[in-house]
Amino acid sequence: MVFELKSIYKDYMQGKEAVPVLKDITMSVDEGEYVAIMGPSGSGKSTLMNIIGCLDKQTKGDFIFDGADIMGCNDKELSEIRNDKIGFVFQNFNLLPRQSALENVELPLLYAGVSKKERRERATEALRRVGLEDRMLFKPTQLSGGQKQRVAIARAIVNHPRLLLADEPTGALDTKSGDQVMELFKELNDEGVTIVMITHEPDIAKCAKRVMYIRDGQLHTGAFNTREAAAQTAPDAEQAQTPESAVPAEVMEPAEPAEDTGKPDAEIVEVSAEELVAVSDEELFAAKQDKLQQEEASEA
Amino acid sequence: MFENIRRSLQGILSHKIRSFLTMLGIIIGIAAIIAIVSTIEGTREQIKNNLIGAGNNTVRIQLMQGDWPYEFGYNPAPENVRMISPAYKQRITDLKEVERCTLYRQRNDPNEGIFYMNTRIQSATLLGIDEDYLETVGLVIAEGVAFSEKQYQDFSKVALIDSTVERGFFNGENPVGKTIDIGSEPFTIIGVVAKRSAFEPTINSVEDYYTYNQSSGGQIFIPTDTWGICFRYDEPQHCIVKAVDTDSMTQAGKKSADILNENIRKTDLGRQEPEEDAGMDLGQAAVEYKSESLLEQAKAMQDLSKSTNNMLIWIASISLLVGGIGVMNIMLVSVTERTREIGLKKALGARKRRILRQFLTEAVVLTSIGGLIGVLFGIGLSQFIANLAEVPVSISSQAIVISVVFSMAVGIVFGLLPSIKAANLNPIDALRYE
Repeated sequence: MVFELKSIYKDYMQGKEAVPVLKDITMSVDEGEYVAIMGPSGSGKSTLMNIIGCLDKQTKGDFIFDGADIMGCNDKELSEIRNDKIGFVFQNFNLLPRQSALENVELPLLYAGVSKKERRERATEALRRVGLEDRMLFKPTQLSGGQKQRVAIARAIVNHPRLLLADEPTGALDTKSGDQVMELFKELNDEGVTIVMITHEPDIAKCAKRVMYIRDGQLHTGAFNTREAAAQTAPDAEQAQTPESAVPAEVMEPAEPAEDTGKPDAEIVEVSAEELVAVSDEELFAAKQDKLQQEEASEA
Repeated sequence: MFENIRRSLQGILSHKIRSFLTMLGIIIGIAAIIAIVSTIEGTREQIKNNLIGAGNNTVRIQLMQGDWPYEFGYNPAPENVRMISPAYKQRITDLKEVERCTLYRQRNDPNEGIFYMNTRIQSATLLGIDEDYLETVGLVIAEGVAFSEKQYQDFSKVALIDSTVERGFFNGENPVGKTIDIGSEPFTIIGVVAKRSAFEPTINSVEDYYTYNQSSGGQIFIPTDTWGICFRYDEPQHCIVKAVDTDSMTQAGKKSADILNENIRKTDLGRQEPEEDAGMDLGQAAVEYKSESLLEQAKAMQDLSKSTNNMLIWIASISLLVGGIGVMNIMLVSVTERTREIGLKKALGARKRRILRQFLTEAVVLTSIGGLIGVLFGIGLSQFIANLAEVPVSISSQAIVISVVFSMAVGIVFGLLPSIKAANLNPIDALRYE
């Protein structure tokens, strides 16, 4: 087991009032898993990620990371866990702009007190792993978005962490670079890296082996409404182009019954990840085909 | 550490104008302090050199009556003062502060007169010197030869003159071999002496003249043993000691005077109980050996100039304080600007201490560079002042080191608050910061 959350609650103080953000979250992630946590903005997924990433502490409940009770850790111990056991990948890459790709990747090793020679070797190896060995001495400003994110992934895996924690890793990327990043994640997972990814994009979430859905601070294990997924990936070109549709209305308000649903309870349908992928693969393919055609049309 | 310094330099260079403006306060402050200290030091050096002579470190211990040297020309030798025996001289030489010691007799412009070719050599000082005198006071033979051991033993009537007498009375002739009359006795000049280092006091005012110019007339030297031939009796000697270094001068003088005063007390002072009465009757104060405290005089004058200038240093320090606040301000801006970077570093496992050190290093590097530029600027400024106001400046390496260390300290003090702020940033807030 990599980590385990048991009845986690998190409140934020807004003035004198405690606003609950996470309510009774229980989940665990095992070695080698690839989990996506999905949810609309405001659902509490960022808060959950901060807690899993040992950047924040829960108000109530137990969080065991790699056998350590995080609630009882001080700043120094948390720093060590973050440094040693977690690799972060952020939406906007968060690379140090004045330092080369190599130096950026070396950073976690520097904090771990690794010798200069070994740092260089391991960082080079990590960059080779993400296919950027020819860009090692480039500054982030000289790299494309996809390359930047791959540098960030190299930085995340350079310490061989227990967990790769990604927050909207494709959020700032075009589709092609996003697909490359997802491909890289899949390869890393096949090599045994445990990945937890936070996203609000269903087709990104689908790359994971297990999908969890968080809404209003509550976690729904393993599934979301397949029809909703179908609806949002449906080839509705105009809707897909508008900015609001980045977070589809159906996902934002899943409690509202979709117009074509026959079931009164549209909230959660428990399905396995395999089933989810199976159901929506055709839809996805259709959507992508459509998008490609559109792009070709616009180029022409 | 070196990594931090390198990164700080990178950061400073990437904001050249901002960094320079931030440093400006420190630069001006340090430059002002260096300039002031250099001017003070220059004045102090000048005073010291004027009073004690550059590098000679000699202290005169004279037989004094009250505040004045005992004048043998007008008074009989005091009864209670004996000749100083070679044993006393040896004791003085053995003092750890004393390098050399010489005994001499002296009369200023003796009544008996000194004549050359029927011309009186006016206002010259006659000195009866022992073998150590020339070496101790730093005189060398410029022409002719010094007194030989045999001449001392034989009471030879030989004399040395200094360049003042040579210039004044010999009109370009070679004085060696000429005869002068001292107290109606003929003496043969065998040599001319000159100062080893040509040092002239810097005299800017009448006060300076009286302070520094102890003898404007020339000097004529004869062997101390020959003294009695001219003046009928031996007079108690004065003494000059050469201290091992400048700082030992006061001690060397005092200890030597104490030894010489034993010579007086042993004979008469014990019995001569109502000393003050005798003094009142004769209108005379007690006779004793006193060391001239030139070093103390110098110090007193130095302190005077120091206290006025200390105020200027305080004023300059205010600009350093203002500079420090400027550094703090810009560091706070820098922390805010780099909130995301700090958040990322914390997420990657950087500890508080590391963040603190990073920003502290940056502040210290910034102020140290400012300090160094300030030192260079200050040296230039003091040279400028020296040329403009014609006052001497002396740039002490100590002041430079202190300035740089002080500017580093300013960096630590004023960089601490921003650095603590950076170190305590919450990584979540910092990562989310736009």
